[in-house]
Amino acid sequence: MHPAFSVIFLTTLIGAGQGLFLALITGQSYAAVQLLPSQDSTQFYGNGAAIVMLFLIGGLIASFFHLGRPERAWRAASQWRTSWLSREVIVLPALMFLVFVYGVMHYFEWDTVLFTTKEGAKLQVTLVVGIIGALATFLLFLCTGMIYGCLKFLQEWHSPLTVINYTLLGTASGFVLATAFANHNAPELMRFFGIWATIITIAAFITRSASLIRNSRIKAKSTMQTALGVRHNKIQQKAMGFMGGSVNTRDFFHHASAILFKSMKWVFIVLVFIVPVIVIWYGITEANTTVLLTAFVIQYIGLIAERWFFFAQANHPQNLYYQTI
Amino acid sequence: MTQLALIIDLNVCVGCHACVTSCKEWNTSGSAGFMTDENPYSKDPTGTFFNRVQTYEIGEFPATETLHFPKSCLHCEDPPCVPVCPTGASYKRKEDGIVLVDYDKCIGCRYCSWACPYGVREIDETQKVMKKCTLCVDRIYDEELPESERKPACVLACPTSARLFGDVHDSESDVSVTIREEGGYQLMPEWGTKPANHYLPRRKTRMNIHEDELQRADNPLKKEERGPSAPVDAPTLDDSTSW
Repeated sequence: MHPAFSVIFLTTLIGAGQGLFLALITGQSYAAVQLLPSQDSTQFYGNGAAIVMLFLIGGLIASFFHLGRPERAWRAASQWRTSWLSREVIVLPALMFLVFVYGVMHYFEWDTVLFTTKEGAKLQVTLVVGIIGALATFLLFLCTGMIYGCLKFLQEWHSPLTVINYTLLGTASGFVLATAFANHNAPELMRFFGIWATIITIAAFITRSASLIRNSRIKAKSTMQTALGVRHNKIQQKAMGFMGGSVNTRDFFHHASAILFKSMKWVFIVLVFIVPVIVIWYGITEANTTVLLTAFVIQYIGLIAERWFFFAQANHPQNLYYQTI
Repeated sequence: MTQLALIIDLNVCVGCHACVTSCKEWNTSGSAGFMTDENPYSKDPTGTFFNRVQTYEIGEFPATETLHFPKSCLHCEDPPCVPVCPTGASYKRKEDGIVLVDYDKCIGCRYCSWACPYGVREIDETQKVMKKCTLCVDRIYDEELPESERKPACVLACPTSARLFGDVHDSESDVSVTIREEGGYQLMPEWGTKPANHYLPRRKTRMNIHEDELQRADNPLKKEERGPSAPVDAPTLDDSTSW
């Protein structure tokens, strides 16, 4: 498939935003049961939610560049019964709304304590909103992953690993960002987020490697024989019916050289997993925001490469019909 | 239930592209608007077509055979492109099984083209909506036209009658009989899309009788004939054997 930058930015930006939001909720949940010191509502959660919103809005804007007719985008919410894309179109604004409510409640400290246990654990209204938001976050990861995972002919995508990878990679990048953000706004949480960021990055490395191994051994179900219905081992296309290219030749091939395609895999393995883990470890020991932010930026660039490879690797069966001019 | 479809006879298709041009001509002049053609007479021409004719070579030289292969929307009975559409612009008509795109609802997200394993949906780069074969839905029901012309433009244009049009759900229709009797098949059956369009294979008439079988060895008419005998001057058993 042709890697469209609109979709690459959409999935990586909202992934980072969703991950950061999950990090905030994780932090607040731990604080609610007094495992972590509680943080300033405005400084930490309010500003954190604002950053989440920036990422989600960025992703939403990127998604519009993918549409031929963005002015009709509102129609895309209608087919949620059958289409994962439609479900994503509903869940994304719903999550943005929840993040907005969560951020505003924190920013203005409208934070009623619903009840307190004998041990001192407090359930705040914001945490309830946050947990609903966290569910919406996971739902959005599911929708995003299933958009690709539900297409059975794209065998590279048609696997539960697609959803798992979208979830773990997005969460990892959000937690790395949370580490840098915490170092600046809530230093005592920095180590907590840093360790989680490392664990999730390693988990994502395992599942992404699993999908790379799976994809390298895929046997294509469609062949020249089934595409034409001709029983002969040797079939060669001589003409595709036109000479100047069409949507079929532009949208379904990555058009990159074999070397670039192969190297992209190693580029993302190094930039998404190896370098960030080292840089985070260094950033934690030095407690340096710039270093931690660098880890996020490196991983984000790596995720762009990862998404590019994700699309480029998928081989659409229609390509059988478009092999030569 | 009705399921309109095309039957394409690969045995007679000569790859002339008449179906491609007549399809484009009819559909670019329709009420749904033109079909984009960018740089038609200069470098890198590109545009939207509902129908393409491709050419394949089967076998290895010198034992090769050329296959001309027209390809358009197969109007699947279980179309994978329809449920993925987020706006409901892609739909399958209940009354005749034609898969259509509502150009006023389409947002041009291309997701349906990803979901079609046959690559028959082409986005119109000017109107930014997805387009595909309509089976000339604006023609086949047009009562202004004489009945013989109420067929898709490609079917009327084909000079070798390689394209048949009809209801594949009616077991007695011409197309159903043809599929049944001439070995009609579907493309990429492995995906369970159940394409309504069928293809007829290349068929050759070969004699399946061996040369030996042309002369019947135990022909009863020859029963009373004299059996084979040695020439008169050939040595007999008496000549060579001492009793």
